[in-house]
Amino acid sequence: MIKLDPKVPEGNLAEKWTNHKFSMKVVNPANKRKYDIIVVGTGLAGASAAATLGELGYKVKAFTYHDSARRAHSIAAQGGINAAKNYQNDADSVFRLFYDTIKGGDFRSREANVYRLAEVSNNIIDQCVAQGVPFAREYGGTLANRSFGGAQVSRTFYARGETGQQLLLGAYSSMNRQVKLGNVEVFPRREFLDLVLVKGRAQGIIVRNLLNGETETYSAQAVILATGGYSNVYFLSTNAMNSNVTAAWRAHKRGATFANPCYTQIHPTCLPVHGEGQSKLVLMSESLRNDGRIWVPKKAKDNRLPNQIPEDERDYYLERKYPAFGNLVPRDVASRNAKYVCDEGRGVGGGRAVYLDFSDAFERIGKDGVKDKYGNLFDIYANITGVDPYEVPMQIYPAPHYTMGGLWVDYNLMSNVPGLFVLGEANFSDHGANRLGASALMQGLSDGYFVIPYTIGNYLSTEKPEKVDPNGTEFKDAQNNVKETVNKLLSLNGKQTVDEIHKRLGHILIDKVGMSRSGKGLKEAIKQIKELREEFWTDTKVVGKAESLNQTLERAGRVADFLELGELMAVDALDRKESCGGHFREEYQTTEGEALRRDDKYTYVAAWEYKKAGNWKLHKEALHFKNVKLATRSYK
Amino acid sequence: MSSEHINLALNIWRQKSADAKGSFEEFKVTVSPDASVLEMLDELNNRLEKEGKDPVAFESDCREGICGTCGLVINGHPHGPLPKTATCQLHMRNFKNGETIYIEPMRAKPFPIIKDLIVDRSAFDKIQQAGAFISFNTGSAPDANAIPISKEAADNSLDAAECIGCGACVAACKNSSAMLFVGAKVSQYALLPQGQPERYERVQEMVVKMDELGFGNCTNTYACEAECPKGISVSNIARLNREFISARFKSNKDVA
Repeated sequence: MIKLDPKVPEGNLAEKWTNHKFSMKVVNPANKRKYDIIVVGTGLAGASAAATLGELGYKVKAFTYHDSARRAHSIAAQGGINAAKNYQNDADSVFRLFYDTIKGGDFRSREANVYRLAEVSNNIIDQCVAQGVPFAREYGGTLANRSFGGAQVSRTFYARGETGQQLLLGAYSSMNRQVKLGNVEVFPRREFLDLVLVKGRAQGIIVRNLLNGETETYSAQAVILATGGYSNVYFLSTNAMNSNVTAAWRAHKRGATFANPCYTQIHPTCLPVHGEGQSKLVLMSESLRNDGRIWVPKKAKDNRLPNQIPEDERDYYLERKYPAFGNLVPRDVASRNAKYVCDEGRGVGGGRAVYLDFSDAFERIGKDGVKDKYGNLFDIYANITGVDPYEVPMQIYPAPHYTMGGLWVDYNLMSNVPGLFVLGEANFSDHGANRLGASALMQGLSDGYFVIPYTIGNYLSTEKPEKVDPNGTEFKDAQNNVKETVNKLLSLNGKQTVDEIHKRLGHILIDKVGMSRSGKGLKEAIKQIKELREEFWTDTKVVGKAESLNQTLERAGRVADFLELGELMAVDALDRKESCGGHFREEYQTTEGEALRRDDKYTYVAAWEYKKAGNWKLHKEALHFKNVKLATRSYK
Repeated sequence: MSSEHINLALNIWRQKSADAKGSFEEFKVTVSPDASVLEMLDELNNRLEKEGKDPVAFESDCREGICGTCGLVINGHPHGPLPKTATCQLHMRNFKNGETIYIEPMRAKPFPIIKDLIVDRSAFDKIQQAGAFISFNTGSAPDANAIPISKEAADNSLDAAECIGCGACVAACKNSSAMLFVGAKVSQYALLPQGQPERYERVQEMVVKMDELGFGNCTNTYACEAECPKGISVSNIARLNREFISARFKSNKDVA
């Protein structure tokens, strides 16, 4: 019987974390080396956790499916990282960062977690500077800041458009130092395939060695998953090719509840799809919306070139509908409206793209002025599309980008499975129903550098530091379970490729569980996904062998899990009969077509317990707001 | 965006394992000019899978030119013929209908071939583990603005830190030298005040490891800079040499 206890400490919001740090038990320094900790994933959250736990003296085993720990997808984050430093003297504070994050998440996250995130944000910047992260600087030598959406202060630290890369390389370098010191051992090219529970506690993992196909077992006194988000369930997303849900999903099937799976973020400014062969979508920084104007033809299926469509036959739909915010409405509003105009057949050439036009900006500040501000983005656009955006308006379309949902964790970042901790995008904890820009990097590093080192000690102090036998019965059972799945996949000898099934799943989800959802569409989606899953297990062709490098098999295992997750996303979206953040239910909108939150009924976290394929039990964690007033977002 | 597909002949290196003998295999493909090289290989692999054949093994991840996972040698150039472009960002509109394209793995002794186009670049991790870090425990950092750093120093450090660790510099070099990579790492830290305490030990530890792993020396052909997808400058190699020589005089610890 699962009972979700968020374990939020008592006391005033601002004192909870300080008090909790004192009341938690600690492991004495000489005993730490007797504990093994497994960290799966080496992105911002995983690498920072592995490094810090190594510094404390724990014996850490870090796993990644990449060839090197430095390649995790955190590396692709462009814009920056928030912190409440108030270096700009513009009235920023921990409370303001907390409030913006809670509001940005549409009041669907846990107050205490978000406050702690804001509280440690400043330590993160200090830590990264000390590591040698070359953040942008002012001429006087102090750190520079830029502004981001959803905030009225300038609190974002950055390193050109490569902030994620620099922060990841910082965490990776700290982890490398611990490798040299012998506290961390890195296992590259290993994919997590199962979680091992011994007497109900997470004490090991089964991985596939991607080079030779062997299933290996590793044991520890605690397991940390920092395995990222699941946007690739849509097939086309801004995530990296290998990003997947398998680690979180297999842990879910071992008992960890999965929270708010329907909360997904669809980013409005991405490059449109060029054809069936496309493998991923590329994000263009949303800063472009500061100077670009978004429009579509007024007439459906208008095939004229953009410069042949006169001004009075264009619909600047965001400016028309939201005169106050115009092209700068939040991500979810911009994305949804792009979908609507394309559904009406008014996308570029009747297809799925809208114009992002800089003609006005060219007239106002000249092409050179635009080049100064957005030169690198214009270059990326030209490189990918082969079209010169200085001559022809850009075409953009929304794309899945980030997932706020994930494995349920308590205040200590432990799932409902004792000993299983979940960090970063893989957990559900801090962003509610919508994440603000420059907050993902903050959360990953907060979890890894400043939260888990304390909370895992509290857990381990109750565990005896006895070595767990990686050849025990539980390990053999899990290993056999993995081998069985692998053999079942390899026995498939149908007509469709893994990618073909994955693309079809993506079409169902983006259409019915994407920017706009309806009860009718969600029910259809559930039925279609079930059927597609059946088709996958009968009509796919998986080539190659188990005992060798086999990339087709890797993808097949991931898609099998996506086919189960996709259904849960629809089930969760169907349950949530309200609109909030990235989750928009067509039945629940105001008369003006805006999101209608229903705080009386849905102020809860939906945590799903896996029963069997296609069957879940809902557990609710009520959310309590004692320090902020629930307000309705308005951008009119 | 153009839609006229082009026909190409691909000669792709196939090799079952590190010890096996490899050879080129020819494939005819029809591809959209808007597809990237890697998307072309995705399509080819889907075809091979349908035919029950072994797909071409190659690696990629972010497909935005930042993770450094991809890195094919195309017509003799690491990451292909376009300057400052990673393989994943190279689109087929840069090739002509009817063209023959050669696709190979990066070839260097310290990067053994694993299968087909996949090579083992773990030597780069080992070099970084030898010293590419600042010894600083979490929690002990002073306020981030406590030590001012000039904009110029921060910018120069970031110029070096932009290296994506793809290995193109090594593959481009006739000596399989990793000095552009190591130079970039050493420079990032040497240019910052935080990097000073370990400055001279760091460069020695990294150079020793680099030599031990079988990378060659720089003989100033600058092929590395020309092929680098991030345009990392060879001035980092000059700095590496200066730092290494200075270390011989200034270091408290003799590593090499």
